[in-house]
Amino acid sequence: MGKVFHVMYDDDDTLKEAASQLVSKGVHIREVYSPFPIHGIDPIIGIKRTRLAIAAFMYATTGTTLALLGMWYFMIHDWPMNIGGKPSFSLIENLPAFIPVTFEFSVLCGAHGMAITYLLRNGTLPGMPATNPDPRTTDNMFVMEIAAEGQPLAADALEAAIQQTALVELSVKETH
Amino acid sequence: MQREAAIREPLILGNKTYKDITDDVVGPNEGPAPMGWKIMITIAALIAVYGVGSILYLLGTGIGVWGLNKTVGWSWDITNFVWWVGIGHAGTLISAVLLLFRQKWRMAINRSAEAMTIFAVIMAAIFPGIHMGRIWVSYWVLPLPNQFGSLWVNFNSPLLWDVFAISTYFSVSLVFWYIGLIPDFATIRDRMKKPLAKKIYGILSFGWSGRAKHWTRFEEVSLVLAGIATPLVFSVHSIVSMDFATSVIPGWHTTIFPPYFVSGAVFSGFAMVQTLLLIMRKGMKLENYIHVKHVEYMNIVIIVTGSIVGVAYLTELFISWYSGVEYESYAFINRFSGPYSWSYWIMMTCNVISPQLFWFKKIRRSLIATFILSIVVNIGMWFERYVIIVTSIHRDYNPSSWGEFHPTSVDIGIFIGTLGIFFTLFLGFARFFPVLALNELKTILKSSGENYKKSHESH
Repeated sequence: MGKVFHVMYDDDDTLKEAASQLVSKGVHIREVYSPFPIHGIDPIIGIKRTRLAIAAFMYATTGTTLALLGMWYFMIHDWPMNIGGKPSFSLIENLPAFIPVTFEFSVLCGAHGMAITYLLRNGTLPGMPATNPDPRTTDNMFVMEIAAEGQPLAADALEAAIQQTALVELSVKETH
Repeated sequence: MQREAAIREPLILGNKTYKDITDDVVGPNEGPAPMGWKIMITIAALIAVYGVGSILYLLGTGIGVWGLNKTVGWSWDITNFVWWVGIGHAGTLISAVLLLFRQKWRMAINRSAEAMTIFAVIMAAIFPGIHMGRIWVSYWVLPLPNQFGSLWVNFNSPLLWDVFAISTYFSVSLVFWYIGLIPDFATIRDRMKKPLAKKIYGILSFGWSGRAKHWTRFEEVSLVLAGIATPLVFSVHSIVSMDFATSVIPGWHTTIFPPYFVSGAVFSGFAMVQTLLLIMRKGMKLENYIHVKHVEYMNIVIIVTGSIVGVAYLTELFISWYSGVEYESYAFINRFSGPYSWSYWIMMTCNVISPQLFWFKKIRRSLIATFILSIVVNIGMWFERYVIIVTSIHRDYNPSSWGEFHPTSVDIGIFIGTLGIFFTLFLGFARFFPVLALNELKTILKSSGENYKKSHESH
């Protein structure tokens, strides 16, 4: 049981200012919906840096390992062939010819691994329902979502604080 | 707020707001299809059908219906392949390399350039596929366990590197493009009135809601994908060039091939972007977003890469003489004075001389001149591949087996057909997709929009 405020602004900088004002009063902002990335909003509302890049690096190194392991198995271990006198008995000596595929496969695994992780972590997958509170937030409006519960201010004081910012619209929802 | 120097030309003209950007870009997707579009897609689709027919005839009869012979065993097929792959290089270069260099002008052109890339790579992939003759066994290019030994594919061969390079390039470009499209599909979904279209865009937009955390991840993914797509762009055409450079044919066996091919690819890719965008901006009334400054920036890239290509041509020529290898030297003398000298001089005129006209500011900023020169460059780049491929092999070491290549109607039909398929796909994209990256354009409105820049100046 509690109130959820959806505060709408018509400008990204206005929203950022409003967010700073509220945060300085100890208000926790649950979510911000915007039509494009608002640079500088993350530290204000307490969003940590994503670790996707680390994941991508790990996927890419997996790709590197798999490619080298595969080529060692196909070309050196399982069925060595003499092709133009290239060394077919040692991975290290045959390595220059294996660099292009190793690189491509690393990129393949890194890029796709990262993209899939990104979609899964976001919960954005084909056919998922949209959850933005107002359809205008993908066009030109910016919405801040604040839950009344767990705030240092009482619901009425919180609403008064929100009203002091340069908002365009405020909608209050009761959740059960 | 980020500001930029007042002397920089604004990238978004007119008195635009966030809402205007959405309306201007998504508007054409919502209204009825204009007559011009219907006419163009009908013509393109008819040509595409002819191309598909030619391909089916080829597959049913065998590659003997091409003009290939014992001496010239590679010709239009591989020429068209390299030409299309080359065109497919501008998109990822624009979206990845220019992103890393923080070039804001890329935002107006990256979406359609990437679409062009994807469609061009599909066209390119057709050629090695059908060149196998028995396309139904094309999965043999993959290292799959099999009943022949197992007999594996040869990882020493640049042709196999190409399989990996092209498929990686295609799929990574597709993912890069689609991740950028998701938020824009969400914009269309939230505006769309027609229920069926709303449903389709809803599925395509993956439930995107524009949460702050999602945007952070979005930007991280874009940056990292750009970082790994940049070496990918360079590697793909380097590997394509190694199809030739690692052979022992005079005229192909050249160490400068990788950088020469990469700059040639960027050169032709940008020319194709110009051809497409100059029509698109007019047809879809996007003149405020893709304007003379964008065209000028792209023309500067064309001068730079065109000049690199020119230097490469002259270097090849000089080294063939300086090396003292008579086979090498003959291959090049034959190129500019032999039976195919006409194609060599077309290549030289179109690729080396014509882009130099862009040194003149008037020409560089003229849309008509740019359009004409972009087509000239595309013709020149097709002939470049034709010259490299056919003139190097039509006179081999043994004069008794010298020959010439004459394209048949099937050669021509398939090439023209791929142009038809390409334009059909691109026109379909222009009709149903957000052709400019909405979410990215909105981020630069305040720093590079004309109205905002003026108001900054007056303060």
